[in-house]
Amino acid sequence: MTEEIIIAGFGGQGVLSMGQILCYGGVMQGKEVSWMPSYGPEMRGGTANCTAIISNQQISSPVLTEFDTAIVLNQPSLDKFEEAVKPGGLLIYEVNGMTRKPERTDISIFSIPAYDMSVKMNNTKVFNMIVIGGFLKVRPVIELENVIKGLEKVLPERYHHLIKLNEEAIHKGMDIVKEESAAV
Amino acid sequence: MKDLRLMKGNEAMAEAAIRAGADAYFGYPITPQSEVIEYLMRENPAERTGMQVLQAESEVAAINMVYGAAGCGKRAMTTSSSPGVSLMAEGLSYIAGAELPCLVVNVVRGGPGLGTIQPSQSDYFQAVKGGGHGDYKLIVLAPATVQESVDYVKLGFELAFKYRNPVMILSDGIIGQMMEKVELFEQQPRLTEEFSWATVGKKPDRDSVIVTSLQLQSEEQEKVNLRLQAKYREVEKNEVRFESYECDDAEYLFVAFGSCARITRKAMEMARGKGIRVGLLRPQTVYPFPYDAINKLAGQVKGILSVEMNAGQMVEDVRLAVNGKTTVKHFGRFGGMIPSPAEILNALEQKIIGG
Repeated sequence: MTEEIIIAGFGGQGVLSMGQILCYGGVMQGKEVSWMPSYGPEMRGGTANCTAIISNQQISSPVLTEFDTAIVLNQPSLDKFEEAVKPGGLLIYEVNGMTRKPERTDISIFSIPAYDMSVKMNNTKVFNMIVIGGFLKVRPVIELENVIKGLEKVLPERYHHLIKLNEEAIHKGMDIVKEESAAV
Repeated sequence: MKDLRLMKGNEAMAEAAIRAGADAYFGYPITPQSEVIEYLMRENPAERTGMQVLQAESEVAAINMVYGAAGCGKRAMTTSSSPGVSLMAEGLSYIAGAELPCLVVNVVRGGPGLGTIQPSQSDYFQAVKGGGHGDYKLIVLAPATVQESVDYVKLGFELAFKYRNPVMILSDGIIGQMMEKVELFEQQPRLTEEFSWATVGKKPDRDSVIVTSLQLQSEEQEKVNLRLQAKYREVEKNEVRFESYECDDAEYLFVAFGSCARITRKAMEMARGKGIRVGLLRPQTVYPFPYDAINKLAGQVKGILSVEMNAGQMVEDVRLAVNGKTTVKHFGRFGGMIPSPAEILNALEQKIIGG
């Protein structure tokens, strides 16, 4: 099993930490993982992305140009990475702020209204955890239990009371992710 | 239980420095390396081990602080990225000339000049052929993973003290910025040994020690050089390290180091999937360079592609190793661009198999 994922959006949407959380969950599940961020001007606003790879085998290249899954959270990221999904792969997009829908027919396409849900939950900070939930529903590459274990490891003790909220957000994401079209 | 963590290459090197029992770190921030000093400042190792961490006023100051600490027989290190390492070149030459141990990390970014902050391997020549003036060598370790970045901090200090020579870890923006699973080694004790060559104060039972790289008498300076050269021959005999992948039945060969070797390995897997029998040799030390291993493989393969994130630097060492036995070509992207596995495979097919 190897899952090569690109996560892309605006700086501040929690794109980089989504990749880290998935990777930490992978470590907890005994997988090989690699996380490579875009660093530099993108970090100061504008678009940000990271590549997360979770695999049973040793990972060769941490830098990729095509992916099994693209998780895109804004229009520029959809424009840039829709083409980079391997045929038969998966694209998940946040509906809020998109001006056009994905056009590929050879990949599975899912949408997730994660921002709206985060507003409903009265906490827009859990936006990225909702998206993670959506992803894990479609591609259960890591067990939820290990994602939580990863959170426990990565978060300082004083934030551990927030883990329950994050877990709830993951479940919400799993509920609201919606298939738009299957790969033809 | 194993101490497994998910860490950035830069942060992992900083933690490794504390655990290797380093006495001092002097540095100056520069992207893509700043996480090293950030981590050390946050971690405050003075409380953990007594290790001193100081942000110098410039790279020139940082390397000369390292020079001073090394002269006292301490485990000292600095880290920087390409333009900063250029500023350190003079100090490195002095440290090599004075035969002192230290560890320097270059998290390479694209050049020349201020260049870009994106990853590159364009400081290969600077690292292995000099950079500063005079006939000196750095022992240069080229990690390809976060784990190797950690291991080479420990190894780097060991080699530096074994040969009393500066050691460089040649990392880059990919290895420095990426996160991987890493197993950290246990805390090592700091040095307590009073080395005979170190300036620790003239006691009645000690000869006075002068640390210098200055010998105005040519005869004496030649002796220094002969001693250095003898040392470098020892290093070349004992310290060559490399890994090879799928070389046994290889008809073609990739040579690549550091992060580029990992991308090339992916290209190798893709090529194997197409039935192309290609192997990969990855130098882990780029000085000393694995000349013999490449020379042996040169007798077996129809062509060699040196894949680098530069305009063709290591390829010169590959050619020296091959010595005309087979075709050697270079493929590179530079200025902060990273080659894709597909591009590398295409270069193999165009330049070597079809060429």
